Amino acid sequence: MGMTMVEKILAKATNQAAVKAGDVLEPRVDMAMSHENGALVINQFSEIYKDTGLDAKVWDPDKIAIIFDHRVPAESSKTAGNQKKIRDFVAKQGIAKFHDIRGDSGGICHQILPEFGYVRPGKVVVGTDSHTTSHGALGAFSFGIGATEMAAVWALGRVLNVEVPGTIKVVCEGKFKRHVAPKDLILHLIGKLTAEGANFKVIEFHGPAIEQMSTSGRQVICNMTVEAGATSGIVPPDQETRRYLQEEAGVKDELDIFGPDADAVYDQAITINVSKLEPQIACPHTVDNVKPIKEVAGIKINQIVIGSCTNGRLDDLAIAAKILKGKKVARQTRMLIFPASTRIYLQALKKGYVTTFMEAGAVVMNSGCGPCLGIHQGALADGDVALATTNRNFKGRMGNPNAEVYLCSPAVAAASAINGVITDPRKGGK
Amino acid sequence: MAKVVFKVGDDVSTDIIYPGRFMATVLPTETPQFAFIDYPEFNAKVKNKEFPPQSIIVGGKNFGCGSSREQAASCLKGPDFVVVARNFSRIFLQNAINLGLKMVICPTIEANEGDELEFSAEQVINKNSGKSFAIEALPKARQVIIDAGGLIPFTRKLLLDTKSSRGI
Repeated sequence: MGMTMVEKILAKATNQAAVKAGDVLEPRVDMAMSHENGALVINQFSEIYKDTGLDAKVWDPDKIAIIFDHRVPAESSKTAGNQKKIRDFVAKQGIAKFHDIRGDSGGICHQILPEFGYVRPGKVVVGTDSHTTSHGALGAFSFGIGATEMAAVWALGRVLNVEVPGTIKVVCEGKFKRHVAPKDLILHLIGKLTAEGANFKVIEFHGPAIEQMSTSGRQVICNMTVEAGATSGIVPPDQETRRYLQEEAGVKDELDIFGPDADAVYDQAITINVSKLEPQIACPHTVDNVKPIKEVAGIKINQIVIGSCTNGRLDDLAIAAKILKGKKVARQTRMLIFPASTRIYLQALKKGYVTTFMEAGAVVMNSGCGPCLGIHQGALADGDVALATTNRNFKGRMGNPNAEVYLCSPAVAAASAINGVITDPRKGGK
Repeated sequence: MAKVVFKVGDDVSTDIIYPGRFMATVLPTETPQFAFIDYPEFNAKVKNKEFPPQSIIVGGKNFGCGSSREQAASCLKGPDFVVVARNFSRIFLQNAINLGLKMVICPTIEANEGDELEFSAEQVINKNSGKSFAIEALPKARQVIIDAGGLIPFTRKLLLDTKSSRGI
């Protein structure tokens, strides 16, 4: 019987010839990522070792990465204290893949991992962040875990008692029309599956629209698979994966590129023709409340956000800059832009996008998670309506339960900024 | 037997259970003060420790969806709540098991605030309505962790067993 992508990866990670959905395994971990919640991981890690007489050393400091992104620079002395605790820990444990608050090497964890070549196809990646699903874009089995789970990984180097997930195969045919993007594809899919439709499963993406998609686009779709409840998303690695890792991430070593078996067994198969897609909007307060843009066009927006681990990469900024060039953000609307990493920020500076944004009236912030989860900047007032390229619109998500968040692609966000209302980019701004 | 003290609907995200704006607070001893803080009445009672241990929160489907923040489980573990829901999202379920928070998966549960519920191995009995509802087992793969009282004692034992088997 053939194996899916994730079954093949987990067979390798447990030195077995074959595994199947439902098996319970303890896979080796190749990359274990945390951000500021590393402070809690450290706490739980020392709890594990308490009164054991054992030396509390992490299993392999080279396989741990910690990236500050949620509150950068620190917004409070409490956060600063957590960050200091982590700095001390990484120094003591010899963790070199540590990305502090810096203009030359900082950014959002899910952008730093691929950019710095910390993710490889065929590997097992865990992260204390639900959007760790993103790294399936490079053909890794990558999933979110909690802080205590991570503490056990730091101690043992493997994840305990993992049930091999079943897989939903999503075949994407056709070609995206102008101003329709991977974000619209994934929002459409989440609407179709519902917020729990892929619970405990992996979504494996196939088809010509995926083969033609850049790594950046694949990051968008894998990132948001968790919004359908999926354990992870994954794209079988190919030439584009090799190109990205070698040319953009500077990876020199041999890559283990493989796809699923032709006779792999899937729980469910879905086909989507992307040629038929139009811009999609996830409406308050659940990500699966997805509507085609024509049903919500005209809704007044107080704050537009472009950024996050979902849509803050250079191609996203390029789309927005093209639409905003020579235009102005509407008077009643604020626009915040958060590049996903400092590397992307620097590229956007060189290409003139930052100038375009600022001249249009947008505020370009430093790289980080920012307002996406309402913990740092860009909080909303009671009654405010936001339109964002981020990944969640739950009640209270942007820091206020009495506000509303709509989710969209970068093209929709940019066109809407000009008009101050939800605007179909195919019809254009003022 | 215990009382339902709070009832919520479907798709209650970790942003509702433990809003992101309090994420800088990480220690399980400190998180309960922010549990469901945007529901001020319930939150005040949690803060004042008004609920006896094993008081019940009833949720709908996909309880705990969204962010992996463990505070969403630890803030309910502190006051020793039991969460009964139609089903749970994966990461929340795992975090709750790891921290020893008691959860009951009950796909058809019908209960209101104030109802008294009784649990057997297979079902939840609502003493007020007289109806009973089947329980779905927690993931078998994690049973050993549940039995150990959580992932910290489980991992600690693994490390100590490895140490003694090596004769160190």
